[in-house]
Amino acid sequence: MRLGTITNPMNSDVVKEMDMPNLKEVSAPDERPAETVIEPGKTVGMPFTANPRFQLRNVEVFYGENPAIKNVSLDIARNEVIAFIGPSGCGKSTFLRCLNRMNDSIDSCRIKGSLQLDGQEIYSPGRDVVELRARVGMVFQKPNPFPKSIYDNVAYGPRIHGLANRKSDLDDIVENSLRKAGLWEEVRHRLGAMATGMSGGQQQRLCIARAIAVSPEVVLMDEPCSALDPIATARIEELIAELSENYTIVIVTHSMQQAARVSNRTAYFHLGHLVEVNDTSRVFTTPEHELTESYITGRFG
Amino acid sequence: MQTVDLLPLVLVLAAVAYGLAYRRSRAVAAPLGGIRNLQALPAYYAARAALWCALPALVILGCWAAFEGQVIQGRVMASLPAELAPQTDGQASLRLSQISNLAAGKLNPALVPEGVSGAATLLQELREQSSRFKTLLVILVAVLGGTFAWTRIAPHINARKSVERILQCLFFMCAAVAVLTTIGIVFSVIFETVRFFGKVPVTEFLFGTSWSPQTALRADQVGSEGAFGIIPLFTGTLMISAIALMIAVPVGLLSAVYLSEYASRRVRAVVKPMLEMLAGVPTVVYGFFAALTVAPFIRDLALMLGLEASSQSALAAGLVMGIMIIPFVSSLSDDVINAVPHTLRDGSLALGATQSETMKSVIFPAALPGIMGGILLAASRAIGETMIVVMAAGLAANLTANPLDSVTTVTVQIVTLLTGDQEFDSAKTLAAFALGMMLFMVTLLLNVIALKIVRKYREQYD
Amino acid sequence: MTDPGSQAELVRHSLRRRYRKERRFRFYGIAAIAVALFSLVILFTDIISKGYTGFIKTTVTLEVHLDGELMYLNDASDPDQIAMADFQAPIIKALQGYFPDAVSRADKRELSRMTGSYASNQVRDLLKENPGLLGSTRTIEFPAHDTVSVYVKHAGDPGYSIRLSEQQQRWTDELVRKGVIDNGFNDVFFSNGDSREPSNAGILGALVGSLLTMGITLVIAFPVGVAAAVYLEEFAPRNGFTDFIEVNINNLAAVPSVIFGLLGLAVFIGVFGMPRSVPVLGGLVLALMTLPTIIISSRAAIKSVPPSIREAAEGIGASKMQVVLHHVLPLAMPGMLTGSIIGMAQALGETAPLLLVGMVAFIVEIPDGFFSSATVLPVQIFIWAGSAEQGFVELASAGIMVLLAFLITMNAFAIWLRKRLERRW
Repeated sequence: MRLGTITNPMNSDVVKEMDMPNLKEVSAPDERPAETVIEPGKTVGMPFTANPRFQLRNVEVFYGENPAIKNVSLDIARNEVIAFIGPSGCGKSTFLRCLNRMNDSIDSCRIKGSLQLDGQEIYSPGRDVVELRARVGMVFQKPNPFPKSIYDNVAYGPRIHGLANRKSDLDDIVENSLRKAGLWEEVRHRLGAMATGMSGGQQQRLCIARAIAVSPEVVLMDEPCSALDPIATARIEELIAELSENYTIVIVTHSMQQAARVSNRTAYFHLGHLVEVNDTSRVFTTPEHELTESYITGRFG
Repeated sequence: MQTVDLLPLVLVLAAVAYGLAYRRSRAVAAPLGGIRNLQALPAYYAARAALWCALPALVILGCWAAFEGQVIQGRVMASLPAELAPQTDGQASLRLSQISNLAAGKLNPALVPEGVSGAATLLQELREQSSRFKTLLVILVAVLGGTFAWTRIAPHINARKSVERILQCLFFMCAAVAVLTTIGIVFSVIFETVRFFGKVPVTEFLFGTSWSPQTALRADQVGSEGAFGIIPLFTGTLMISAIALMIAVPVGLLSAVYLSEYASRRVRAVVKPMLEMLAGVPTVVYGFFAALTVAPFIRDLALMLGLEASSQSALAAGLVMGIMIIPFVSSLSDDVINAVPHTLRDGSLALGATQSETMKSVIFPAALPGIMGGILLAASRAIGETMIVVMAAGLAANLTANPLDSVTTVTVQIVTLLTGDQEFDSAKTLAAFALGMMLFMVTLLLNVIALKIVRKYREQYD
Repeated sequence: MTDPGSQAELVRHSLRRRYRKERRFRFYGIAAIAVALFSLVILFTDIISKGYTGFIKTTVTLEVHLDGELMYLNDASDPDQIAMADFQAPIIKALQGYFPDAVSRADKRELSRMTGSYASNQVRDLLKENPGLLGSTRTIEFPAHDTVSVYVKHAGDPGYSIRLSEQQQRWTDELVRKGVIDNGFNDVFFSNGDSREPSNAGILGALVGSLLTMGITLVIAFPVGVAAAVYLEEFAPRNGFTDFIEVNINNLAAVPSVIFGLLGLAVFIGVFGMPRSVPVLGGLVLALMTLPTIIISSRAAIKSVPPSIREAAEGIGASKMQVVLHHVLPLAMPGMLTGSIIGMAQALGETAPLLLVGMVAFIVEIPDGFFSSATVLPVQIFIWAGSAEQGFVELASAGIMVLLAFLITMNAFAIWLRKRLERRW
């Protein structure tokens, strides 16, 4: 990764995924209010819920020797939409990727603490990653359709997991998923067309359709709208609202407005700490923590 | 003086010019209040003088050295009395070596005809003349060039610009060497090939099924029936290359996949350099291995299985060539696989696909054009590979599909036809150039297509 | 759509089958790597096991009585007598000292084939230099005959056939027991040129030839390659001709090496009338062949110099040429050197084009200049590998080891250089 990219704020999230350790130094904001002190492991607001889907306790993530997540505890309830916000490099994407073990492929990444999905440890040695990911789907920052047809993109997951016995079942799953993603009417007549030829917004909705075709219980979204224009973003946000009836959705976003629009709860991360978790309305009107307030009022970020 | 001795002399002159011009430019600058009043630094005036001194002299020296021999030879041969004048190229080269041996004192003058010794004296004389004249001219040009530059040392002249222009021209000429090389290759093969087709019809060359150039040694047999049919050479080349690719492509591709997807960093750090070692082994070593170890082994194995196998089987050459190409395929595939964006991989893994499913149904199809390009490059390598087949494949041009048989290839024939004694105008020698042209065209075509595919593929993901 | 519970059940159900596939795929990968590494190991063990005996020479040490009468020689300072004398006789006599009953003509012939065919020359040269030694007795170490050497080194090896008669085998066993025939370090291999006799052949001639050839290649290819790379990266205008040059370079890099031999033959020998078999010619051909590699790696090195450095220098008012010569080139030099060393290593191992320009000649003398006939290491290996005498096979393998040692050293040096001079921007 070239250094030039890091200095460009528009791209800084790309950096964060690949190169966490470097970014930490770069993005340490000097303008942080000097009087504020973060107490490690102490999160204000309501991090815990009854009967959670995810129960995350004392999670720490390291890239090599550098801590990226410092002692975070959080519950994620069933069928809620929770948004992770915070300045660049605060660890929100890293934390999100822990939830379906997408960090496994980064050699230097180590994870401590307890992460449970429905009471079962995500990182226990016997845990099956494939099965976990079939239950916890993910949508990425940049639309990443496979260079195949639209149909094959959506059918890919059900095919590998053996979810359909007949062609007609598969057709049903594809149609259903595309409908849920609000894409069906646009593409029903060109299912065989290359997915890479679609517009950015369509591609991202296709990726969502692809994720929900496996019928996951949770959908993780890593800044799903950052590469899209406002109209496409609005479309995706509507979609998130519709999906929240059936799925638990965890969304990382850079846009506070988006978090305010789509989520029930909002978690604010700062330099690897989970500073505050509260109902979204509360966070954006009367934040409890000074840092949260500074952030949402635009003093840094 | 000889060319080799003149080179250092020119360099010394250039150094002298540099030193003098440097002092001169400082002297010019002194009354004006120092070198800051010159348009360029003294070093530039000096460098310009050195370049002016050396470059023209070197050009003249180079031209002289390139054509001296030809001109002298022509005049010496022309001086021979009619009855001694050679009729064919072969006689000419014999006569020539006789004359030069005589001139060098390696031959007893009593043993050769009168006219020849006269020619030898002439040769000696011409050589001395040429050498004297060359020395004089080179020194003169060097001094003149240096003097010219010396007169142009003045405060208002920007020497830096002209030095930079000269340097840039030199750089350009260096870059043009690549083009000259290509032109040289094209012309050297085309010229001889055209001469070859004057002796052997094109259709016979391209569609003939029998190859035995040795029978054409005698003049009355030149172009005799079926002696120059290229088909068996092509089938032989194709068979060996196909065997090589059948080994190299799966092994190279799968090892690249394993190394980039599964292997831990430690394993990668050990295995990758070892694969690269295979690429660094000279082809003559592979040839030795193929001819002295693999070929006998395959023959013995075939005998054990009750099969008839040649001791120079196509299988042995192909097998070893395959081993040679493995690192080539694996490093190309590695590049191509790594060029597939990470996001696609993540997309598939996040759906719960296993690594092999991701590989087979997402990365592989995406990388396919690049991999195809890589395989084409590997094929061009296999077709052009020479030493392994020269040492391990046979000379007999069999038209066969049995890999245990001995076959011959285009490159083997080029080498066989051109090593040892040769005359420039025999169909046998010229055939080698015709083969060279076929080889050049085929590999060029493969390379151009492959590079295009690979580049297109890169652009797709950039 | 079905309910999530049964979905999860379906996923779990398919897992076993999928993991089996996964394992199979992974196994294919491991198998592929194993095949590649196995080939490498086999290649190296084969060469080492064939070649280590090339570094061992078998000698016959005899007390030779330089008897003038026996040699038909009464004045060793007379060149005519030296030319006619029989120097084999005292050697046979010395051997007969161990085997007194070997007196028949056939026995004598077999005795004379215990030492190498250059043994008599050795006696001759000794007497030529010191005529006074005539009549004295000297202890002389002769190289053993090829067949004896094969028998001593390789008896029982199925790869070699023993070509000694039973009587000779008995003699050899006896002499080995008495310490007359012995193995030692093959210094001849490192101090001689080629020879018709394996026991007298060495690699030094080819080594010097290679060094001379590489010298020419380096002197031509490095400056031209670097200059071409600088032009293409820094000065070339974006036009059709520049594109043409680039396409040319990329294609030249993939042209089969044997084609460069044709170029050398037709242009350098045919048009310019250069002599065959000389290092200058070989070096020139290899330089043209290596040029694309050097240009490509040099361009990569220049590209890796960050634009900020150029901008900084330009900001001070340096001309384009000054920027290049003062800043870009020094910073790119490690990369260029590394690429060039790797290109040179390729050239050092190259054989095919040199066969076409006549560097395949049988050359006994060590070449003494850029214009004297020479051969190079890989070609020497090629010649030996194709020779009929069994002793040459081990020499070829030993030659390969020498060649590989050079290549490994060069590559290691390139890696060291890269590590050492690597700059982090």
